[in-house]
Amino acid sequence: MSVLVYIENTEGKFKKSGFEVLSYAKTIANQLNTNLIALSIGNVADDDLKSLGNYGADKVLTVNHQNLKSFVNQAYSAIIAQAAKNSDASVVVLSNSFTGKGLAPRIAVKLQAGLADGAISLPDMADGKFIVKNNVFSSKAIAFVEITSAIKVLALMPNAYKVVETGGQATVENFDYQANESDFKTIIKEIVKASDKVSLPDAEIVVSAGRGLKGPENWGMIEELAALLGAAVACSKPVSDAHWRPHEEHVGQTGITVSPNLYIAIGISGAIQHIAGVSSSKIIVVINSDANAPFFKVADYGIVGDAFELVPQLIAAVKALKS
Amino acid sequence: MKILVCISNVPDTTTKITFTDNNTQFNTQGVQYILNPYDEIALARAVELAENEQGTVTVLHVGDANADATLRKALAIGASDAVRINAQPTDAYFVASQIAAYAQDKGFDMILTGRESIDYNGTKVAAMLGEMLDIPSVSITKKITIEGNTGILEREIEGGKEVLAIPFPFVAGTAEGVADWKIPNMRGIMSARTKPLLVVEPIEVQGLSKIVKFESPASRTSVQLIDASEVGKLIDLLQSQGFLKN
Ligand SMILES: Cc1cc2nc3c(=O)[nH]c(=O)nc-3n(C[C@H](O)[C@H](O)[C@H](O)COP(=O)(O)OP(=O)(O)OC[C@H]3O[C@@H](n4cnc5c(N)ncnc54)[C@H](O)[C@@H]3O)c2cc1C
Repeated sequence: MSVLVYIENTEGKFKKSGFEVLSYAKTIANQLNTNLIALSIGNVADDDLKSLGNYGADKVLTVNHQNLKSFVNQAYSAIIAQAAKNSDASVVVLSNSFTGKGLAPRIAVKLQAGLADGAISLPDMADGKFIVKNNVFSSKAIAFVEITSAIKVLALMPNAYKVVETGGQATVENFDYQANESDFKTIIKEIVKASDKVSLPDAEIVVSAGRGLKGPENWGMIEELAALLGAAVACSKPVSDAHWRPHEEHVGQTGITVSPNLYIAIGISGAIQHIAGVSSSKIIVVINSDANAPFFKVADYGIVGDAFELVPQLIAAVKALKS
Repeated sequence: MKILVCISNVPDTTTKITFTDNNTQFNTQGVQYILNPYDEIALARAVELAENEQGTVTVLHVGDANADATLRKALAIGASDAVRINAQPTDAYFVASQIAAYAQDKGFDMILTGRESIDYNGTKVAAMLGEMLDIPSVSITKKITIEGNTGILEREIEGGKEVLAIPFPFVAGTAEGVADWKIPNMRGIMSARTKPLLVVEPIEVQGLSKIVKFESPASRTSVQLIDASEVGKLIDLLQSQGFLKN
């Protein structure tokens, strides 16, 4: 038996969400009294692979073929499922990232395994059961999902588990998988990077603005504040509908769900559909000129005032602090 | 071109979420159901593509007769025919298995789902279907166009997007940006009444997971208001909580 964890890389580098997934999986492996095997696909330097030991991996499997340099959903899920079978894994863990969301269901079907996606807790294994919590009804409720199959697949919500360094060592091994030509039908034509900005789903801090900002020309101060805080930029739906900002930044029930440590909402009223996508943020700060804006009801800190005065003051205060 | 759009019937976005039976069942009392917003844009895009390519759009729902009004709305928006697999869904695996069993020998070029349903929020059915039918899947799709027998899809990735070329058949879960919502017109509503709605009996499938309990999220303590003349206080508070690193 073992626990297998898949660690994504971006251009050869592991990300924080990968270490979160490792730390989470390590705790599960400890609960089950078994080994943690980490799998990496693509071109990653040996030292980086070895470093996974420091987050709890006992063994690291690596697959690095020419045709796996970029992400191919079907081929990657086939490899992960094969590695799970070879290592006799009873639990397979991934990140609930955009990529993980595409992989986990395919892996679950291949392994005839139940899937808990967006997991926000460790499994409760009391009485021989296996129960994991996740957010449902757009974070208006939490479900306790019991997985009833022999093998379990878990996709961990970003920012839901703390990274723990164990100081451990891992051995690195090549993993030979059987390629299947039909797994390579999808061709990547182009990868468009939205510059070097902080990516929204992984962000620890999000600065978000709404229709209160009046027009796209006023987002300069939002971007400046975000850059100072190392934050990602987000917006409400009407803002992206009006093409003031790209759809990728739209958060809420019909946009991206975020759960950063800090969410700063500026000129957003706090409609139920907006809150649904941000309510699992740890701290919420609201800046709105209307003291009765519903967003204040779910905020930790609030300032009633004009964004056009307050945001430049915030920027100045952060700058003063940093210098 | 044959397109299948899988739709779910979900509580309206303003629904107050409560539970019954010792917090084991969602309380459907007084709840208004709507076509899942993500499925609605999948359908809108499917109708646009079918118009350009002289194709057909079939909408499919796994569930009971309560969803027939939602299926009729989908027909009014422009689907050619509707199918309801008459079963109470237990988990995403169950739903995907039912759809796969139906779609298997129908020759669909493209199967669309919403990226997630706004009730259980799994992004699962599209990729599960892809696996069951052994065809490519894209779980979060921002754009779909067609070039001959190939779909050109934009997939959302952290910090950007990927443009993919995928030969028919494939499955795609649609997100905002794929199409604008379509409001049915009078002609659509009239013709929806006479379009076929086929009810199919389910296959035998065992779910692999189940929800055993619900809980409400911890409510926040009330907001601490900071005066607009003391913005620095907010920064101090955030710094004391470790948010402002140098
Ligand atoms: C099916 C459905 C799905 C939806 N999904 C989403 C979703 O995913 N995400 C989403 O965001 N919305 C969603 N909505 C829309 C949602 O209901 C609201 O309409 C939307 O969130 C409002 O955006 P807003 O707060 O930016 O704009 P408004 O509601 O117009 O609020 C603007 C706010 O700015 C404040 N303001 C104005 N001027 C200033 C100033 N100078 N300084 C400070 N504050 C100022 C105002 O007091 C007001 O509170 C959805 C709606 C439906 C029906």
